[in-house]
Amino acid sequence: MELRKEYFADERKDDLKEIGQPRLRADALGHVTGTTTFFADRNLPGLLHLKMVRSPHHHARIRSIDLSEAGRHPGVVRILTADDVPHNVYTILTLIQVGPEDETVLATDKVRWKGEAIVAILADSERAAHEAAQKVKVDYEVLPAVLSIDEALAPGAPVVNEYHGQNFYRYDSGECRKVRFGDVEAGFAGADHILEQTYGSGPIEHAPTETTGCIVMPEGSGRFTCYTNTQAMFFTLDNTSIILQMDGAKLHMVGGTVGGGFGGKVDVTVEPIAILGAKLTGRPVSFIYSREEEMQISSPRAAEKLVIKDGVMKDGRIVARYVKAYIDAGAYSRHSPYGAQKSAAHFPGPYTVENVWVDSYCVYTNRTPSSAMRGFGVTIGDFALEVQMDKLARLVGMDPLEFRFVNAYRDGDMKAHRQPTEGAALIECMQEASRAAQWPVAEKYLQMSSARREG
Amino acid sequence: MKKVPVQFTLNGEEKAEFVESGVTLLKALREKIGDTSVKAGCQQGTCGSCAVIVDGELRLSCLTLAERCGGAAIETTGGLAHGEVLHPLQRAFNEGFATQCGFCTPGMIMAAKALLDHNPQPSREDVVEAISGNICRCTGYEPIIQAILAAARANSLSAA
Ligand code: FES
Ligand code: FES
Repeated sequence: MELRKEYFADERKDDLKEIGQPRLRADALGHVTGTTTFFADRNLPGLLHLKMVRSPHHHARIRSIDLSEAGRHPGVVRILTADDVPHNVYTILTLIQVGPEDETVLATDKVRWKGEAIVAILADSERAAHEAAQKVKVDYEVLPAVLSIDEALAPGAPVVNEYHGQNFYRYDSGECRKVRFGDVEAGFAGADHILEQTYGSGPIEHAPTETTGCIVMPEGSGRFTCYTNTQAMFFTLDNTSIILQMDGAKLHMVGGTVGGGFGGKVDVTVEPIAILGAKLTGRPVSFIYSREEEMQISSPRAAEKLVIKDGVMKDGRIVARYVKAYIDAGAYSRHSPYGAQKSAAHFPGPYTVENVWVDSYCVYTNRTPSSAMRGFGVTIGDFALEVQMDKLARLVGMDPLEFRFVNAYRDGDMKAHRQPTEGAALIECMQEASRAAQWPVAEKYLQMSSARREG
Repeated sequence: MKKVPVQFTLNGEEKAEFVESGVTLLKALREKIGDTSVKAGCQQGTCGSCAVIVDGELRLSCLTLAERCGGAAIETTGGLAHGEVLHPLQRAFNEGFATQCGFCTPGMIMAAKALLDHNPQPSREDVVEAISGNICRCTGYEPIIQAILAAARANSLSAA
């Protein structure tokens, strides 16, 4: 690896002990010898296996649930229903004042997405749990489903989630997160060209090699040890404490080793119900997603729709940027109200634009609840923005890389959400990229610096 | 469920267990014998996390019945090091940043070992082909390919 030290030479220190030094990963020795303990790498005597019965419909009313046959299946020890869950309606980000609580741990009268958890079977073997799950009889009244952002926001659309009352999240700022900077209409009026485009993306599954899960051991002390692969230990601890109405001191969460997460293991979907099972049976419980559940049930990255309208001058300066962003939360909030907020704050991207208008919506549909994934709320926006940048460059007849130099943010520039830019390095990265990719740009761009504007 | 006896060697050690008829080698190794170096990523033959070597051939232990392994010689990543001395593949994976979350690593190392056992000086294409049944979601594969090639070079140096 080559370190280019000429950039920011006056700001860098070379006597640091760790930074800039090659170091082996602390956990790699365990990985290559197969001795790293992942949560599932334990055999507990008397272990029960939890299998969830899930909705086959996108949207349905539950008329009745008949557990009689499943309960008689050999090996079944207990079946958990919504009545067993002390605080059944929750939302993960209640911890940071995001409300209302809008999601059931186990469904009561309705299911709002295909795959929603309804009852949990606890059995002596995985096979018995599986077989018994097939014998649970749920009587559904299928309801019309909303399966896209556009359908959700259409007038008269069925309401996905009654806890919200409308198919979008209501912020303290209203129906969306808003950024208002400069005068975007004046910017468009003075622009040489205007380009409006719509971009869309589908949900994306993280597909970690290790599926989501946990193993819970009831301890003699009355505590519960929960071995989990959560990426969000304290969200899990606090939400479990709320859902089970159990003092946090009773919950001993053990984690830290995650077989691939990428943001896909931040929802609290297995621990509360597995701990409840251990509590009600007095036996250790394992709840591990099958590969099919990992792909279908675990939250994906949200689908998004982005409308971007830009005003640009012949010399390449973007003078106005207007964005409407729609983040498909699926049926429940999980982390998406926060994702949509991040999305709003991210525009207009790493460019300095004097007039910016952003509306970012968190939309509910009858789809698998979406949640965190690497830069959620930002990554898809960046995809759209950079495609838009190429189109704008073409529109004004400029080289796309030079076009980005013209608009790149630099130290001291005010961002649209009113944080002054500090520590920018976009210019320098593009200079290096120009060399590495052998994509030449005019000398004046190679003379630019993030630290100051020329002239 | 009917139990059947199985007997095989695991990393050179004799093992004998009663397992449920129809149980996979994956479950027998992990749950009966306690070799948790073998990972369950999909249990449907699509990810390679559970790969082991049975009588010199790479096998997906999630698709192999334990009772079909009577008398076999089974190798897993858990038995690859000699005390603190790592196998060249383990050393190369460790030093070459070819493992991140580590969940695919034991299966990946088995796929690589099965390759080098048959073909000590593989080409890059041979390596890519050999690990094509093993999914890694973290590394992007390039460090893994490089580590396997580095281990092959280290082997040829020590053999010379
Ligand atoms: S667990 Fe065997 S191939 Fe995935
Ligand atoms: S290191 Fe995580 S899947 Fe390969």
